[in-house]
Amino acid sequence: MPSPLVTPTPAVRTRDLSVNFGTGRVLDGITLHIEDGEAVALLGANGSGKTTLLKALLGLVPLEHGTAELYGVDVARRRLLPWDRVGYVPQRVGFTSGVPATAAEVVASGLLSNRRLRPVAQSRRRILAALEQVGLAGRAGERVHTFSGGQQQRVLMARALVRRPDVLLIDEPLAGLDVESRESLAGTLSALRRAGSTLLIVLHELGELEPVITRSVILQRGRMVHERVAVSSPDGQW
Amino acid sequence: MDFVSTLSAMFESPLMQRALIIAILVGTTAPIIGTYLVQRRLALLGDGIGHVALTGVAMGWLAGSAAGFDSVGALAVPGAMVAAVVGAVLIEVAREKGRTSADVALALLSYGGIAGGVLLMGIAGGTSANLTGYLFGSISTVNMLDVWLTVGLAGLIVAVGIGLRPALFSLCQDEEFARATGLPVRTLNIAIAVTAALTVSVSMRVVGVLLVSALMIVPVAIAQLVATSFRSTMAVAMLIGTSVCIAGLTTTYFQPLSPGATIAVLAIGLYVLVAFLRPLIGRRGRTVQAKLNTSGKTTTTTTAQAP
Repeated sequence: MPSPLVTPTPAVRTRDLSVNFGTGRVLDGITLHIEDGEAVALLGANGSGKTTLLKALLGLVPLEHGTAELYGVDVARRRLLPWDRVGYVPQRVGFTSGVPATAAEVVASGLLSNRRLRPVAQSRRRILAALEQVGLAGRAGERVHTFSGGQQQRVLMARALVRRPDVLLIDEPLAGLDVESRESLAGTLSALRRAGSTLLIVLHELGELEPVITRSVILQRGRMVHERVAVSSPDGQW
Repeated sequence: MDFVSTLSAMFESPLMQRALIIAILVGTTAPIIGTYLVQRRLALLGDGIGHVALTGVAMGWLAGSAAGFDSVGALAVPGAMVAAVVGAVLIEVAREKGRTSADVALALLSYGGIAGGVLLMGIAGGTSANLTGYLFGSISTVNMLDVWLTVGLAGLIVAVGIGLRPALFSLCQDEEFARATGLPVRTLNIAIAVTAALTVSVSMRVVGVLLVSALMIVPVAIAQLVATSFRSTMAVAMLIGTSVCIAGLTTTYFQPLSPGATIAVLAIGLYVLVAFLRPLIGRRGRTVQAKLNTSGKTTTTTTAQAP
C-alpha cells in the first residue's frame, strides 16, 4: 500500500502579512512560501519593505495583519519557535563600542537561544569551524573592531553559521563589500546551498549571488509585485 | 608611630576590617555591571539610578520617622535599594517602549530623584545635611549588618553578571540579533537594570551616589585601554576596581580625606596614567615586533576566547 502523501512544512510561510510603522503601511498583503533547500532573493528599491519583511519573519517587528511562520510555528509564539534552526545575518553592526570583543566572543553569541543562555559543549571547536567557513581561520582571538567592513560582515555570517541553521535570513550581504569579499561570500553561500540550507537573502541586485539564487521575489512599496524562478541552473546542480 | 605599625593598627581595627571587606566587595562587583553599561553606551545609568536612590534614602527616613524608630535612618539603605530597582526598571521600560530616548529618560529620573530626595528629607524632619553621607559615602559608619547585606548583594551581582555573561554580552553587543536567536531579551534587560540598581545600592556606602558611576565606569575605561577581549576587560576592571578601593580606603586612614572622593580621584588618575603610557608601550611593542619580523620569527599570539 503506498504511503500517504505528506506535504513537508515549508521553512518560511507568510499569509496576507501586513506591517505598519505609525500610520504608514510598510508591508501589505505579503503571501510567501519558501520550501526547504530553496535560495530566494528578496529584491526591491530602497524603502520597498525588504528588510522589514525579514524582521517580521523573525518577530522583530509587530504584524498589523496576517501571519508569519517558521517551520510551521507562528512567529508570535516566540517560545515555541525552533530558534536553533534559524540563522540571521543583519546588514551591519557597529563594532565601535569601547569595550573590545574578539571575533570568537562575537561568534559565540550565535550559539545561544531561548533554552540556552550559555554556549554548548564543544563550542570552541564550532566557533573556530564557523570562522574558518567564512575565511577567517586563525583570527578568532583578534578584536573585531580592528577588522575591515568586509571582515566584520564575515564575522556576522560566522555568528549565524555557528548555529548550524536550516534556514538563513540574510540582510543586504553585498552592501559595501569589495569584490574579493563579495566573491568570498558567494562561495560560502553556494556551499551552504549545496549542503541543503534554505536561504532568504535581501538584495538590491543579484550580482555575484546570481548563481546561488533559485527564485527571486520583487517588492515594490510594500507589495509583492513579481516572482521569478531562476532560469539558469544554480551552481549547475539542475 | 611608624608607617608599619599604623598599617598594622589599621588592619586590627574592627571598623577598618568591615570597611575593607565592603570596599573589596564593591570594588570587585561594581565594574562587572559597569562593563555591560559601557558596552551599551549607558555609562551614566549609574548616576541616574544613584539620584533616584537618594529619593529612596529620604523615603526610608520618612518611614523610620513615622514608625518612631530610634535611628530614623535605619530604613535609608533598604529604601534606596527599592527606589533604585524601581527607577532602573522604569528607565528600561521607557527605553524598550521607545516613547522617550534612554538619555532623556535618564535625565528626567536624575533630576526627579535628587529633587525628590531633598524634598522628602525636609518632610521627614531632616535637613539636606543628613543626605551628605549618602551623597559622598560614609564607609566609616558601616556595621556588621551592612557587611552581610553587601556580601549577599555582591553574590547576586556576581551570579548574574558573570553567570549570564554570554547572554548579557550578546544582548549588549547586538540586541536585535539577541532577539533573533530567541534569547529572552526583556528578562535579560530587566536583569541588567536590577543588577545595576543593586550595584548602586551596594556602592552607595563606599563612594556615595554622586560618585557611584566612577566606581562602575572608570575601571572599565582603564581596562579597555589594555584588554584584548570582553572577558579580559571585565576581569581587569574588577582587579582595578578592587585595587583603587583598597588604596583609597588605606589612604584615608592616614589622611583625613573623603574615601569616596579619594577612590574616584585615584581611579581617574590611573586612567590618565594608562592613557598616557599606552601609546609609548604600543610604540615599543611595535618596534620589538618589527625587529622580530625582520629576523623572520613568528609573532602571532592570538588566542580564541568565548565570553
